[in-house]
Amino acid sequence: MFEFAQASQFFTSFGLSDLSFLAEAAGRTLLISVVSISIGTVLGCIFGWLLSVSRWAGAATLGLFLDAFRSIPLIIQLILFFNFFPIIGFPLNPFAAGTFVLVLYTSALVAAVARGGIEAVPVTTRRAGRSLGLTYWQDMRYIVWPIGLRAVLPAWAGVALGVLKDSALVSVLGYVELLRASQILITRTQEPFVILTVVGLFYFALSFPISRATARLERRWQQ
Amino acid sequence: MEYTFHWRPVFRNLPDLLEAGLLTLEVAVEAMLVGIVLGLALAMIRMSGRRSISWFATSWVEIARNTPALLQLFFFGFGLGAFGIHLSPFWICLCALSFNNAGYLAENFRGGFQAVPDTQVKAARSLGMTYAQAYLRIVIPQVLRIVYHPMTNQMVWSVLMSSLGMLVGFRELTGETQFLASKTFRIFEYFLVTAVIYYVIVKFILAGSRVLSWRLFRY
Repeated sequence: MFEFAQASQFFTSFGLSDLSFLAEAAGRTLLISVVSISIGTVLGCIFGWLLSVSRWAGAATLGLFLDAFRSIPLIIQLILFFNFFPIIGFPLNPFAAGTFVLVLYTSALVAAVARGGIEAVPVTTRRAGRSLGLTYWQDMRYIVWPIGLRAVLPAWAGVALGVLKDSALVSVLGYVELLRASQILITRTQEPFVILTVVGLFYFALSFPISRATARLERRWQQ
Repeated sequence: MEYTFHWRPVFRNLPDLLEAGLLTLEVAVEAMLVGIVLGLALAMIRMSGRRSISWFATSWVEIARNTPALLQLFFFGFGLGAFGIHLSPFWICLCALSFNNAGYLAENFRGGFQAVPDTQVKAARSLGMTYAQAYLRIVIPQVLRIVYHPMTNQMVWSVLMSSLGMLVGFRELTGETQFLASKTFRIFEYFLVTAVIYYVIVKFILAGSRVLSWRLFRY
């Protein structure tokens, strides 16, 4: 009994202030995800376009590079780059290093999606556009973009959701996002089940609306 | 650059890394097999349309797909500890990966089964086939074609996800690398070699899947 009374002073239970701590951490999860996904998507679209236009040597080089990001666990990529930057005399903080890796990771995944989108547009449609006098970029903007986007938006949303969830791994570098915050709270309160459930709800609240919205959009476009 | 690379400790420990790579492959394959069985069951339950049980399958699928795999791993690791259930690192990893695989595969299977029209079963039945025959000879071969590629992807994910085992103290490839790297502080060198090993494992799986698909879908 005595031991318990002492222990209860060390381990305070989960309270309302902890919830706001978690909410703040959820904000950081959202921040790193949104930054990585937006930059990664732009980069990925460029890579995807390069893959679709380049001859085999270029496609092979870029493809191999991007393929590595898809075939190596993200956690290893994070540890590698986090330890690589100090080697070249340019140490980065966890947020910057995490964002850097997540951007490359996202762009590798988006590149495959973007390439698929470009190739989903029939060549004949594009030729027809060009014959009507559209320039290459007009053809890209007014023909390839709208048709390709519809074909691959669900796949892109899948990538974005994946990155949102995978951003949890940045906790390994010490960036206090949602999952890292839960570890801190668990150490203090010794209530892993409650806290992991709450954190799960936070992730669910971030991810579920997006997955539902894309499912609905996909259904509407199919009609 | 003041840093000098030291590769010798890594290559001296390469046998340990490769052995850990086998462990990674083992847990990934086992989690995949359990995931296929559970995923099929979940898909069947969801398609049965019975409210009393389908809510269970639906929530499993949604939780598996909408929370990070790492969180699921921590749930099996620390969350269950709150109920006095303490699994070994291997079992934590296997349970969490199976849970995750089952959630993703269930959706693939459901899509696969829905893509085969019900009328085909009726046609097969009217030709005199039993239900079992209709499923084994008509439905399953078509479903397999549809879900084969997503299943290959999931297998790759299974390998990549198993790297999270490091964070619950499981010494598969990543965990072993971390262990060895912390002894010598050659973190970059160790993880670079491990990255190459993962790359080879993934390429191996993709190549194997392609060879298998030639044999499976010849006609």
